[in-house]
Amino acid sequence: MFKTGSVRYLTGDGAATSQVEGETMNEQSVHRIQAWSDRKGQNCSREINQLADTNILRCLQCGSCSSGCPFVQAMDLPPNVLIRHLHYGFLDETLRSGTIWICVGCDTCASQCPMAIDIPAVMDALRQKSLASQQPASQPEIIRLHQAILRSIYRYGRAHKLEIMLRYKVRHKAWFEDLDLGLRMLSKRKLHLLPSKVMNVGQVQSLFSKQAHL
Amino acid sequence: MTYQHRSRLPFFPGCSLVTSASENYTSLQAICLQLGFELDEVRDWNCCGSSSAHCLDSGLAASLTERNLALMPTDGPCLVACPNCYKRLRQTFLRIQCSHEERSSFERRWGRPFPERLQLQPFLSFLAGQDLGFLYQGARTALQNLAYVPYYGCMLARPPIMNREPSHRGVMEKVLGQLGGRALPWRHSSKCCGTFLSVARPDLVTPMVQTIMDEAEQAGAECLVTACSMCHLNLEVRCPAGHGLPIFHFSELLALAAGVGNPGEWFNRHLIDPRPLLMAKGMLDRSGRVRH
Repeated sequence: MFKTGSVRYLTGDGAATSQVEGETMNEQSVHRIQAWSDRKGQNCSREINQLADTNILRCLQCGSCSSGCPFVQAMDLPPNVLIRHLHYGFLDETLRSGTIWICVGCDTCASQCPMAIDIPAVMDALRQKSLASQQPASQPEIIRLHQAILRSIYRYGRAHKLEIMLRYKVRHKAWFEDLDLGLRMLSKRKLHLLPSKVMNVGQVQSLFSKQAHL
Repeated sequence: MTYQHRSRLPFFPGCSLVTSASENYTSLQAICLQLGFELDEVRDWNCCGSSSAHCLDSGLAASLTERNLALMPTDGPCLVACPNCYKRLRQTFLRIQCSHEERSSFERRWGRPFPERLQLQPFLSFLAGQDLGFLYQGARTALQNLAYVPYYGCMLARPPIMNREPSHRGVMEKVLGQLGGRALPWRHSSKCCGTFLSVARPDLVTPMVQTIMDEAEQAGAECLVTACSMCHLNLEVRCPAGHGLPIFHFSELLALAAGVGNPGEWFNRHLIDPRPLLMAKGMLDRSGRVRH
């Protein structure tokens, strides 16, 4: 067979070019790559569709999602390009991307998508696959913040902002970042010393799975 | 002028309203009381999981919202103050509603029937359904031609499962317009505030909030009005200290115009103090009390 690692592709315009190193490109090998890529892409798209309960194969590559996204400048793969990667089966590239962590799930893309693809749900599916794959993620500080928030929900049933901030800043080793802001917020009673708690915290804790990423 | 008859309205506040945005809670309470509703917090509600639960664990996000749904009344309206909580609750509600399997698993898990006839109401939709005539009476000029830009953030954007629901774009402008406010056109009314990135990636959110503030100022606005406490916090926190227009919670302006509640207490909690603006407009006197 051919070497899969050397398949190169272009991002942005949705066109994929394939090149196999050490093998003369003839019509037959192009067809073989096409068939392999199609199969890989179909499996990948099917898996994501199932996890996200949507259909990414409806994507027209119109780019509405990327043009509306408030954080597209900070993404390495714009949403439509990320979806195109999945069509071609380049799952690992999407799992390593910063895009999946930068996305805040504001639903702007989903409400603008003419094919009603639930793009934030696709991002959720990819984030969770990325965590499960144990590969180093590209935005560890964002994951740490999510973990700090979940930890607070586990302890109190509600989000306790002061503890979340402290825990996050400590783990992030950014002791003095936003210190003046924190003090201003404390003085305006924007950050409460004591959490607001759920009475039946045990019930909330039972909702967390054993392998919860705290 | 208050209603003689008051009915109790089940209410889901969300984590922000009971802590960092308690001024939003008390002003909302004051205006609802004026409309004839006493807010009745859902007993022992929990966090809807915010953005973090669905990012890291979809199953957990679903269970957290399901627990809340199981605590809500089986019939009738339930006011949901936080637009983000509303999206999570409504999404889960619709998903369970249209699946027999999900419904029976909900009923097995929580030991009660699925609240089929529960009407989750975000604040804007609740307000759009009220007769506000009596609120407007005598308060037609209450806001003294206050020039503002409405900031909806991402609350009007919805996942595909909710895209048949009515949009409430324009509710803030309509109601505040009747109370003597003046909405200005601008292009950032539905731009996301950055939610958790404000903490994890301030380098991305600070310039964005700066642009939002600059353009509000260029549009000629004296302040911003938002109906989401998360947006309110992010805009206040990430605009450089001393450079920024005051930001009001929608509920604060409503209560201020109706002359109910204790505005001094709310405004004391803002990082950008709106009192100098309100005093200059003649809506507050020099001691910070409401002028009628």
